[in-house]
Amino acid sequence: MTATTERPTEAAEIGRARNRKEDAHLITGRTTWTDNLTLPGLLHLAILRSPMAHARITNVDVSEAAKRPGVIAAFSGQDFKDEQGTIPCAWPVTEDMVNPGHPSIAVDQVNHVGEAVAAVVARSKAEAQDALEAIDVDYEPLDPVLDMEAALADGATLVHSHIDSNKSFTWTFESGAAGTGAPIGDALRDAEITVHRRFRQQRLIPAFMEPRSTVVQPVGDGVTMWSATQVPHILRTMVALSLSIPEHKVRVIAPDVGGGFGGKLQVTPEEFLTTLVARRVGKPVKYTESRSESLLSAHHGRDQIQDITLTMTRDGTFTGLDVHLFADMGAYLRLVTPGVPILGAFMYNAIYKIPAYRLVCDGVFTTKTPTDAYRGAGRPEATFAIERIIDEAAAELGLDPMELRRKNWIKHDEFPFTTVCGLTYDSGNYEAATDRALELIGWDALHAEQAERRERKDPVQLGLGISTYTEMCGLAPSRILGALLYAAGGWEHASIRMLATGKVEVVTGSSAHGQGHETAWSQIVADQLGVPFDDVEVIHGDTQSSPKGMDTYGSRSLSVGGTAVVLAAGKVIEKARRVAAHMLEASEEDIEFADGTFSVRGAPGTGKTIQEVAFNVFAAHDLPEGMEASLDADATFDPDTFSFPHGTHLCAVDVDTETGRATIRKYVGVDDVGQVINPLIVEGQVHGGVAQGIAQALYEEAVYDADGNLTTGTLVDYLVPSAMDLPTFVTDRTVSPSTTNPLGVKGVGEAGTIASTPAVVNAIIDALRPLGVSEVPMPCTPERVWRAIQEGGAR
Amino acid sequence: MTQVGVTVDGVAYRDDVEPRMLLVHYLRERLGKVGTVVGCDTGNCGACTVLLDGRSVKSCSMLAVQADGREVTTIEGLAGPDGSLHPVQQAFHENHALQCGFCTPGMIMAACDLLRENPDPSDAEVREGIEGNLCRCTGYQNIVRAVRAAAERGAPTVSPGTSASPATTTAGAS
Repeated sequence: MTATTERPTEAAEIGRARNRKEDAHLITGRTTWTDNLTLPGLLHLAILRSPMAHARITNVDVSEAAKRPGVIAAFSGQDFKDEQGTIPCAWPVTEDMVNPGHPSIAVDQVNHVGEAVAAVVARSKAEAQDALEAIDVDYEPLDPVLDMEAALADGATLVHSHIDSNKSFTWTFESGAAGTGAPIGDALRDAEITVHRRFRQQRLIPAFMEPRSTVVQPVGDGVTMWSATQVPHILRTMVALSLSIPEHKVRVIAPDVGGGFGGKLQVTPEEFLTTLVARRVGKPVKYTESRSESLLSAHHGRDQIQDITLTMTRDGTFTGLDVHLFADMGAYLRLVTPGVPILGAFMYNAIYKIPAYRLVCDGVFTTKTPTDAYRGAGRPEATFAIERIIDEAAAELGLDPMELRRKNWIKHDEFPFTTVCGLTYDSGNYEAATDRALELIGWDALHAEQAERRERKDPVQLGLGISTYTEMCGLAPSRILGALLYAAGGWEHASIRMLATGKVEVVTGSSAHGQGHETAWSQIVADQLGVPFDDVEVIHGDTQSSPKGMDTYGSRSLSVGGTAVVLAAGKVIEKARRVAAHMLEASEEDIEFADGTFSVRGAPGTGKTIQEVAFNVFAAHDLPEGMEASLDADATFDPDTFSFPHGTHLCAVDVDTETGRATIRKYVGVDDVGQVINPLIVEGQVHGGVAQGIAQALYEEAVYDADGNLTTGTLVDYLVPSAMDLPTFVTDRTVSPSTTNPLGVKGVGEAGTIASTPAVVNAIIDALRPLGVSEVPMPCTPERVWRAIQEGGAR
Repeated sequence: MTQVGVTVDGVAYRDDVEPRMLLVHYLRERLGKVGTVVGCDTGNCGACTVLLDGRSVKSCSMLAVQADGREVTTIEGLAGPDGSLHPVQQAFHENHALQCGFCTPGMIMAACDLLRENPDPSDAEVREGIEGNLCRCTGYQNIVRAVRAAAERGAPTVSPGTSASPATTTAGAS
């Protein structure tokens, strides 16, 4: 009695453009967003946030608020000062890094606009919000700290009065000292050509579409927390460590989660504050932020100043790269705030052979919202800087920027290649991806058109931009994370359970929030076990049902989590092989497994399907001696190294020199992400990634005024692009399988974002270089482009 | 308190509501129609888009009482009674026009209204038609593709006036 479904053997699932399993409930509104959740007795939390960038709190009076209709209780920071602990920072990047601590609710000082200063819990959300108006807070203003370099100067106002500097750390890598390359001093001294630039990575806001929401239910002396998070497992551990709730009493559930992009890779003040309030009142409490609160208080991304120096010989051979970063931490260190620029530190050398390299990064406190991971996290910044300065170097040398890249990049027959950072790139083919991209965009014809339009002084000039990027994905080898002082590992866990009827449950520690894991993991398992795609159920996002995991970020899910699934499947097959041998009265060594059937070698037609084996194990009437009655297995995969996707993105931009408006005319991206499980999902990731990178180039910036107020605090001012603001993308792939995991995959979640920003900006500069323009700060708004033209022409 | 009578996804409701209550909050909190979501507080994102008498509106930008006597269709009422997907829903699925899915209810409702006005839109017309709905995941390309695919299939207009069930009053009116 087994329930099996016929599965055509010729149809390999891996590589197939399967429509997603996830869609059914999302397109019909049968969703489980955290804010949809209701529980008996559920109360609602509203948070009063600081309107001051930097001030001492001299008094908070919540007594009137507590009397308002429907209000259960009102709290200030004083009410939680002894138990709130600190928002954890898991990545102290240097031994002497200064972490000022990060309260969930301010007690005696606020350090950025939007910081929580009081909270009301009421029977309805409206009553809670109404009552905030009755809270009196007395502030004694302090000077805001907004400029990183000024913040590091002697006599600067201190963001945190209890530490003696606005510097959190200085992190240094130098290839001579590290033994991974030549000394940078020699390269700088001996340089025939030196090109120096300063680039500004503006502050961005991840702006996931689902505002953050959390529901906390006290359960005995523990809690159950639902949260719109990318990282339920990390969150569970951090709630336990920071709020002193035993870890086994904490259950975290990430139900449907509406996007993250790194923005929900966090352990938030709101999650902690909701927990503190729920435990205080002994009732389940929900907090859902408004969009304005989200833009103000969810962590921001980027915000770096990059001083970069490239040295070359006269013929354009790179000899050294020297980078100094100022990285704005904002007011506090959150989960991986200091680590973001360090993730980029190993990517400045990119796809190029550069013998000497140094990076020095200063982490600086300001009175702004804390920064942390945003799609790419350090790697887009690095890629932008190197891809931009190569164009500047080509201009100085009078070389074609593509030729300068070709001259210096790692050739396809030079893999595996160990870089000046000591990382070994396992595979790649930069020539192939580039040639394909040039062909798709029609590079030569565009160049001819550009020359013609320059010649006739067309007011709308054509610019052609290049980005030949790589990135490090598959975060991360635990050994390397340890060497970089990260507090945790980078492994991932999976388990596979074959049920009595032959259906399969796959438990993954990755926690998807739009990436399509349920579909992709089903495809992998269908191929591994030879079962139908629809017979696989993927379970994730609840620490009770998926007890172990490191969650989803850093383009890690497939290369690390997918590999764990493959390893677990392998163990299931080995268990099943033993049972099949027993059933077939053959020796294990003679049993072959193909397309879901175990058979005796040389005796076709004698086989037992894996579903028949599963039922036999369930019945357990006649198992091999010593065999447990379960056909399931766990596996944890810890990668030996990163994976290194790469690609070539090309952008053609029309720039109206009279208005400064830059319009993308054609965009081509050819990516090499290794083997592809589901091309539909991969293409979607590239589209969305490119859109976010273009948004950095052209539209988005979190702007603070001189008083430290965020002036882009709504979606009216923070310009998340609409369909009208983006072009149609032409995408294609080359495939150089990764050699470091059994699937041959590399990761694609961040590729488009990393690739696209420099392609767009290089195109704008290329259009305007004859007008004397060599730099436009991002975002390249019409006003900024127009001003650059005026300043260029004035030279 | 003000009384409002409104038909939502074919069911007639009659409730007392605070005059300040937004339609989206009435849908979510009083009717449990949580398929319609709130993505912003300035009317920019369009995640809360529903059809009011067949025309798309942002349900965060109107009061519940303004829907009195009208007919609302949400994402939950779009599929047929037998669960068969509306062609726009089907096209979103087949063209991978969603990733996290949070903008999807509003995007699908906006697309239905767009196709009512223009049954055969060009790419540019689709982009213009969904300009009021933000998506952070897809870069819009597959959404455009899906709307064009639904148009080719001849997506039917979602019309008001389908038979409504008898009036229901939600419990716990406050």
